[in-house]
Amino acid sequence: MIKVSNLVKTFGPKVAVNRISFEVERGEVLGFLGPNGAGKSTTMRMITGFIPLTEGNITVGGHSIVDNPIPAKRLIGYLPENAPAYPDMTVRGFLSFAAEIRGLRGAEKNKAIDRVVELCFLESVVHQSVDTLSKGYRHRTCFAQSIIHDPDILILDEPTDGLDPNQKHEVRGIIKRMGEKKAIIFSTHILEEVEAVCSRAIIIDRGKIVANGTPAELKGRSKSAGRVRLKLGGLSGSVAREKLTQLPSVEHVTLLNDDATAATLDVSSKSPNGSLNAQIADLAHQEQWRIIELYTQEGKLDEVFRTITLPDTKIKEGSAA
Amino acid sequence: MNNTWSNIQTVCKRELTGYFASPVAYVFIVIFLVLIGFFTFSAQLGQFFERQEASLAAFFTWHPWIYLFLVPAVGMRLWSEERRQGTLELLFTMPVTPWQAILGKFLASWAFLILALLLTFPIIFTVSYLGSPDIGPIICGYVGSIFLAGGYLAVSSMTSAITRNQVISFILSVVICLFLILAGYPPVTDMLIQWAPSWLVDTISAFSVMTHFFSFQRGVLDSRDVIFFLSLIGFCLFTTSVILRSLRTN
Ligand SMILES: Nc1ncnc2c1ncn2[C@@H]1O[C@H](COP(=O)(O)OP(=O)(O)OP(=O)(O)O)[C@@H](O)[C@H]1O
Ligand SMILES: [Mg+2]
Repeated sequence: MIKVSNLVKTFGPKVAVNRISFEVERGEVLGFLGPNGAGKSTTMRMITGFIPLTEGNITVGGHSIVDNPIPAKRLIGYLPENAPAYPDMTVRGFLSFAAEIRGLRGAEKNKAIDRVVELCFLESVVHQSVDTLSKGYRHRTCFAQSIIHDPDILILDEPTDGLDPNQKHEVRGIIKRMGEKKAIIFSTHILEEVEAVCSRAIIIDRGKIVANGTPAELKGRSKSAGRVRLKLGGLSGSVAREKLTQLPSVEHVTLLNDDATAATLDVSSKSPNGSLNAQIADLAHQEQWRIIELYTQEGKLDEVFRTITLPDTKIKEGSAA
Repeated sequence: MNNTWSNIQTVCKRELTGYFASPVAYVFIVIFLVLIGFFTFSAQLGQFFERQEASLAAFFTWHPWIYLFLVPAVGMRLWSEERRQGTLELLFTMPVTPWQAILGKFLASWAFLILALLLTFPIIFTVSYLGSPDIGPIICGYVGSIFLAGGYLAVSSMTSAITRNQVISFILSVVICLFLILAGYPPVTDMLIQWAPSWLVDTISAFSVMTHFFSFQRGVLDSRDVIFFLSLIGFCLFTTSVILRSLRTN
């Protein structure tokens, strides 16, 4: 549904987006990650047709956003960063405007408004003026605007920014549900959100895509991925380490904690085939160790995020100094 | 085509509801009516009664000056507010062309000014009660006044696209409108004629709203005057679209 190829955006001498290409199909929820100033919002602004491209191509539902913007824009629902809304209108008036501009009239329009008001929990503020709304409510109002015409494509720039934990949970739920029938791109700084909602994630750093994969694939890149964490009771940690090191597929064993009651060990594997867990369990059974904890670590997204984007930041700071 | 018109209407309606959501619109109308009444009936300025004639000359004479401040006050927020609130991004990612948006917003504020102007209708009754005025020049005068307001408003639309600061937008458009007045204001042209060739003075005053506005009051709708105002509006709205596009590029 969305096809971005070789997208470039420069602001004067500054390259904000540097040769980005990706595609999103119906049924996919694509998460956009990246440090501040990476170019996420700029990319979204180009996809939605707000700012022109410097180079490259974007098609939305088969329509080029440059040559044929209106049909493309009809397919898109967009929640811009900071959720702008007309302050001099009531919530209902604002949603009614959004519906009308999308071609909804009369009963159809009222139905659409009622639907999003319910979905985004806006009942208590429908007649309130937008400029008196709290930040979270304004955010939800703008989100409601983006889904009022039940679009095929949703572009959401930090949709959960400023929401309370309950609302964050609700909005994630909405995105996930809608993702089954739509093509969705959303950006976020909350990494759990990516795991909870996205079918695929892209990490952008200084205008370039530095990682692209399912959340599980990305997590697999983390150093801790595939390591086994073991906690044993009533046993000296060094004895256990001795035995574990002798296992064929064990690469390294680190003793994290060892006291009178329990020993905690971190075991890394030579090959990432995942059988390490079972081998350790067998060993523990033979030796009659008392297992308190035994699990394979999945890896952490924030660890991957940091290792991919942090070294560059440091280099940048170094060269600037 | 149908779609174009309904988009313009939707944008226009949104803008108008925005105006009337706050008391500012009503305050504006009251100020406008008070000012125009004061200028018209004042013994020093309009000399409505002192003129001893059944016409609205005393009424229309002051429009270019009253509009000079009141129209930019209405127009200054047109685009600067959209930019400041970030709603420009919302509007321009909706399935509306920039032209539809520009025209819709312009028409809304024009309609608002026309409404304020039409509320001066009691003056027609006053003058009819006092004498038997020629209705032609009165209607033409109103039409001219509507065009004058439209011309100033288009200038304000242009200056409000330049900046997100409403005060700067206001000052810029007052300056430009003042220039449009002075280029054909008799005291100024009389001064110019002393040292500039008359063809130059005539050319300059052809660009003035004064020349064209007062020609309406003679009671004939001259196509040249209508074309003047329409091209002024067209030019300024076109410039607005150019400014808005370049904003998004940088
Ligand atoms: N209108 C503009 N003029 C100049 N530079 C700009 C403009 N808009 C964005 N930039 C620059 O482009 C880069 C990318 O900005 P962008 O807003 O896309 O970042 P982001 O990934 O959305 O960051 P954040 O996580 O903070 O929202 C930044 O360095 C920013 O300063
Ligand atoms: Mg951003």
